[in-house]
Amino acid sequence: MSLLAVKHLTMKFGGLVAVNDFDLALEKNEIVGLIGPNGAGKTTLFNMIAGYYTPTEGMIHYQGKSITGQKANRITKAGIARTFQNIRLFSELSVIENVMIGYHCRIKSTFLGATLRLPLYCREEKMMVEGAMNILQEVGLEDVAREMSTSLPYGKQRRLEIARALSTGPQLLLLDEPAAGMNPTETQDLLQLILKLRKNYDLTVFLIEHDMKFVMEICERIKVLDYGVTIAEGTPREIQNNPRVIEAYLGEVHSA
Amino acid sequence: MDPHHRRNQLLSIAGTIVLLALLYVASTQGSDYTIRILNNIAIFIILAVSYNLINGITGQFSLAPNAFVAIGAYTSALLTLTPLEKEISFIIEPCIWPLSVITLPFSVSLIAAGGVAALLAFLMGFPVFRTRGDYLAIVTLGFGEVVRVIANNTQSITNGPLGLKGIADYTNIWWAWGFAIITVFLIGRIIRSSYGMAMKAVKFDQAAAEAVGINTYWHKMLAFTTSAFFQGVGGGLLAHLITTISPVLFTFFLTFNLLIIIVAGGLGSTTGVIFAAILFTWGGEALRFVEEPMDLGFINIPGIPGMRMVIFSLILVLVMIFARQGLMGTREFNWNWLCRKLGIGGRS
Repeated sequence: MSLLAVKHLTMKFGGLVAVNDFDLALEKNEIVGLIGPNGAGKTTLFNMIAGYYTPTEGMIHYQGKSITGQKANRITKAGIARTFQNIRLFSELSVIENVMIGYHCRIKSTFLGATLRLPLYCREEKMMVEGAMNILQEVGLEDVAREMSTSLPYGKQRRLEIARALSTGPQLLLLDEPAAGMNPTETQDLLQLILKLRKNYDLTVFLIEHDMKFVMEICERIKVLDYGVTIAEGTPREIQNNPRVIEAYLGEVHSA
Repeated sequence: MDPHHRRNQLLSIAGTIVLLALLYVASTQGSDYTIRILNNIAIFIILAVSYNLINGITGQFSLAPNAFVAIGAYTSALLTLTPLEKEISFIIEPCIWPLSVITLPFSVSLIAAGGVAALLAFLMGFPVFRTRGDYLAIVTLGFGEVVRVIANNTQSITNGPLGLKGIADYTNIWWAWGFAIITVFLIGRIIRSSYGMAMKAVKFDQAAAEAVGINTYWHKMLAFTTSAFFQGVGGGLLAHLITTISPVLFTFFLTFNLLIIIVAGGLGSTTGVIFAAILFTWGGEALRFVEEPMDLGFINIPGIPGMRMVIFSLILVLVMIFARQGLMGTREFNWNWLCRKLGIGGRS
């Protein structure tokens, strides 16, 4: 059984078909990439899987259960975490708080129990701090834990986004352009980080990225989207040599 | 987490004891006027700090606190008035049963006031939190007005525009400040808990909050209902302080005053809001002279009622232009900062 199975997924905004008849089956521990020119519908697809949009047509199954049209917070709790293309950290919270918050949806303490600081809440708060610290260590941000999230340099903010997504305890991680705006060294570090996290947290990763070197190096399979339609699918090598992909990126080649 | 946690806790307890001692001195030595202002300050602290939970912390621009204060005031007043007093007051239509025969102790009536306000907030929350931003402000504004109009027209429950008179003056310095301390303590606890963190997350970025599994709808509901509970209690205390209530007390004007306090104090800062509540209430008294006729020798200014409001509005405009963060921004006063300033306690 696939971890995530997407069938005939379609999203229409009025007359515009943003994603058309998209199919995907993600197996456990895979790293799969989604590429395509700007406006191809990649982020729209993420938004459907993560519960921000309700698909016009099609089904999304996660671990054999339908999650089509469920609310975003329910999907996160079910085990699918995401990052955003434009960094969306909680600006006035500290680095560690940004990560602790991912545990909040899993605590058993009630609102009253947390307000009165009953023993259960105190234990859970301790667990939140320790868990968040572990994740920060994993992504290499433990020494800036007390700083404000907005004071971090760009590359670290990107890492913090991943750390925050990890704190919700996901099996599937959706990364929307994780390497955007990074220099080659940072991109290489990110690549190592993702591979390490996959191993340590037993993750499956589905990512959107424009940095082709990065995508070709990290992904085991790639899907290519253009104008909402899947135009190619396969291993990095197959994609690189696919004439339709080259055409979508570089325009049609006219022979003289 | 904080190395000075224990010391700070002791300082907070010591601070509270000093406050209680000062209040004791005020209650025995102070004039009626001083005590009245102190009571007003306490009630405004309750109202503003709880209002800050929904507006400043959760970032939902509610304009309905006047509704909850009204509900609280009417609920507790109706519960403490004796059947005889109700019979005398309700001259147009008699008070409905069972309200006409119930008399409860003050403490129970205050909790009931909070409970009824919270229940109403909970029910209101379902339609209200389908909207966001400006629309939420308009919907809550509408609800505030609806409650006032209902209070004006349900003759057999609220006695209509005549209002309720002869409410026992139970609210003294200990009731008012006792509840103010409890409110600040509990709301502080909420803000520092993971629920408070989730509420802040809803304010900063709702989509990102959902992405970390926060049920944004439910957390807005929690903040709204909790805030309404304390506003209801504050309303009950207010009713038993001024002893006469009528619908005109609870117009949008009350919400506006609270809004000035939380914006001037810094949206999201409990301590900032407390300072602002003190300044506002005390300032309102100190500025009374501007509404009196003034004889400056060469020119004679007649008394203009409402001049104080002009000054407060002006202050709000200036705050918005020059100090959008308010007194404290989202920062909080804390002992570490004070100790550093005084040069004790070493590094932190």
